[in-house]
Amino acid sequence: MRLRTPFGRQQSRFTGIVVGAAAVLTLAACTGSAQDAADEDGSNDAPVAAAGSNDEEGEKVTIGFSAPAADHGWMGAITSNVRDLAEQYPDIDLQVAEGTNDVNLQISQVETFINDEVDAIVLLPFDGAAMTPVALKAMEAGIPVINVDREFDDPNAARVTVLGDNYGMGVSAGQYVCEQAGGDKDVVVAEIAGIDSLPLTQDRSQGFKDALGECGLDVDARQAAEFTVESGEEVAANLLQAESKIDYLWNHDDDQGLGVLAAIENAGRDEFTMIGGAGSANAMRAIQEDNSVLKATVIYPSTQGADGVKLARLLLQQKAMSDLVEVEVPRTVQLYAPVVTTDNVDQYIDTAFES
Amino acid sequence: MSEQGTSQGAERARHLGDVENTVAPTRDTVQVERAAAETEHAGGGAAGLMSGPFGRNLGLVVALLLICAAGLITAGDRFASLDNTLTILRFASALGVVAIGMTFVITGGGIDLSVGALVALCSVWATTFATQTMATDNHWIVMVFAALAVGAGAGLINGLVIAYGKVVPFITTLAMLAAARGLAEIISERRTQIVTVDGFKDFFGADVLGVPLLVIIFALVSIAGWVLLNRTTFGRRTLAVGGNPEAARLAGINVNRHTVMLYVLVGVCCGLAALMLVSRTTVGSSTHGSLWELDAIAAVVIGGTLLTGGRGTIVGTVVGVLIFATLNNVFTLNNQDTSTQAVAKGLIIVVAVLLQQRLARNATST
Repeated sequence: MRLRTPFGRQQSRFTGIVVGAAAVLTLAACTGSAQDAADEDGSNDAPVAAAGSNDEEGEKVTIGFSAPAADHGWMGAITSNVRDLAEQYPDIDLQVAEGTNDVNLQISQVETFINDEVDAIVLLPFDGAAMTPVALKAMEAGIPVINVDREFDDPNAARVTVLGDNYGMGVSAGQYVCEQAGGDKDVVVAEIAGIDSLPLTQDRSQGFKDALGECGLDVDARQAAEFTVESGEEVAANLLQAESKIDYLWNHDDDQGLGVLAAIENAGRDEFTMIGGAGSANAMRAIQEDNSVLKATVIYPSTQGADGVKLARLLLQQKAMSDLVEVEVPRTVQLYAPVVTTDNVDQYIDTAFES
Repeated sequence: MSEQGTSQGAERARHLGDVENTVAPTRDTVQVERAAAETEHAGGGAAGLMSGPFGRNLGLVVALLLICAAGLITAGDRFASLDNTLTILRFASALGVVAIGMTFVITGGGIDLSVGALVALCSVWATTFATQTMATDNHWIVMVFAALAVGAGAGLINGLVIAYGKVVPFITTLAMLAAARGLAEIISERRTQIVTVDGFKDFFGADVLGVPLLVIIFALVSIAGWVLLNRTTFGRRTLAVGGNPEAARLAGINVNRHTVMLYVLVGVCCGLAALMLVSRTTVGSSTHGSLWELDAIAAVVIGGTLLTGGRGTIVGTVVGVLIFATLNNVFTLNNQDTSTQAVAKGLIIVVAVLLQQRLARNATST
């Protein structure tokens, strides 16, 4: 079957670079997805983008973006970062669908993108598994899907996957505590987690536990909040009541952290060091000012959606990530979870999200 | 109640309708019955067919056409294509089935806030490991049975508490809203349950002559709902119970039993909608159907069904659901952000109802 849609032609260009124009149509006929094209041998003199040239204006690309409702500072930042990025590139025509927590609606949004024949879809699913069928449908229609943050349950449903590192967040926080404790095995470590049943919370806690284990520490008290300010306040108030002395407190999320800090203030406690999570601008300003218990936070980048859009643009314009030798956009990009302290806060505060 | 009693009761209920419509004594019996069925307690306002379903639905259709016109002007062929129409219909289907059930409950003078939670519970129950294992070993129909039975069971509990416990529907179903979603979370451990039963996916994912089965189910449920409400004793009793339960009781209708049946009906609709959503997403999840109760009630009410009961229209509900689905689609096509959409949606609900009332009034006065 020959692909006669605009996408079919576009995809054939990937292949065309490698094998020459004569074979383009034939190959396009059997190229089901951009992934297949990527599997072709890329070791010839394909035009590798020189460093910096990726930002130069290329052909116009239409990118559809859909994400869950912005009911949390981090999620709000995802969409606003995407919009800001699209404004910087005159060659990106961004279509943003309504933020929703109803998968039925999100599916119909993606279907609309497919009907519209957008060039690529960047999708942060409310539920990765539930959005898999429609993502597969888009890929089958020749539209590359860039999956952000919450993974599909079928690897064929996305050309590129951009992920944060939840386990790595826990590890970073744990390593920071180990470093600060400096070998003291008697310190009291407390943890306020996010929604406990979510895999991301379990990953974060596991990473924290594993990293602490490396230096012979463990979590002495652990409570789960719900990523909201109210729940953070409530849980922290109880935790502080229960533990008369704490040395280190890791709170998974800076949005709920506003509540945690309020509870700490109400209880008049300042004997411990608090580490945040996600990396909100509030938290970073507190770290910068250095006058509260909050001394550090671990980043879960809210720029994932924007990175997804950027990768979609590179993919569509047949540009590679110019700092890599590889001539195709990678399959999976996992972002790093660095620890932010007074020493390096200036480096991160510009990309932090407002909660 | 015996079979004889049933027909006697129906006869008396019909009589009641006649008495109320004596302001128009010249009409023949068929017309009176139809008017009675559609505007049971509109009383003296029932001056002609225009004040009935036609006038009201006309306003709605105008609203829908206006939204379609907006879609055509702003998005052109992108809006008017077959693919886009199917996208709208697929989106509307599952919610539409819930709204049909909701029409009956509201017409019968009740309300059901638990529909979204019931969709979640049914979707989870139908996709547990145990259910799916049973479905694989026997037949995928096991999943269908599970969803419908759970929906019916939850509806039965709602109905019994409301009818015999005399707890107001708002509170009863609010409690069910919390409990059903909680139970769904417990059963699924808040995880997404992926469907592995191919027979189920193949059946519900099928197309008949290019029309997705989900859309066909919605159409069939709408037709069945229309017949049930407008052409059966059950429908006439629903109008009677919703309009004036005391009069209905005196007319020989077992109001309590009828109320229970209405909630079981909406529960079954939720079970069916859950299956449709599971097919669309290939997963069961405790987050399914979030805030559907509001979407369903909004669709029913802008459709022209009286929130106080006694008057109901299936056609109106279907058009109401389509209005919301089309609205969402037009917004998505036009790249509008969430907040603008929310404001516009609120405005459109008010405008649609105002327009509808105005047309109905004009129709009455001519």
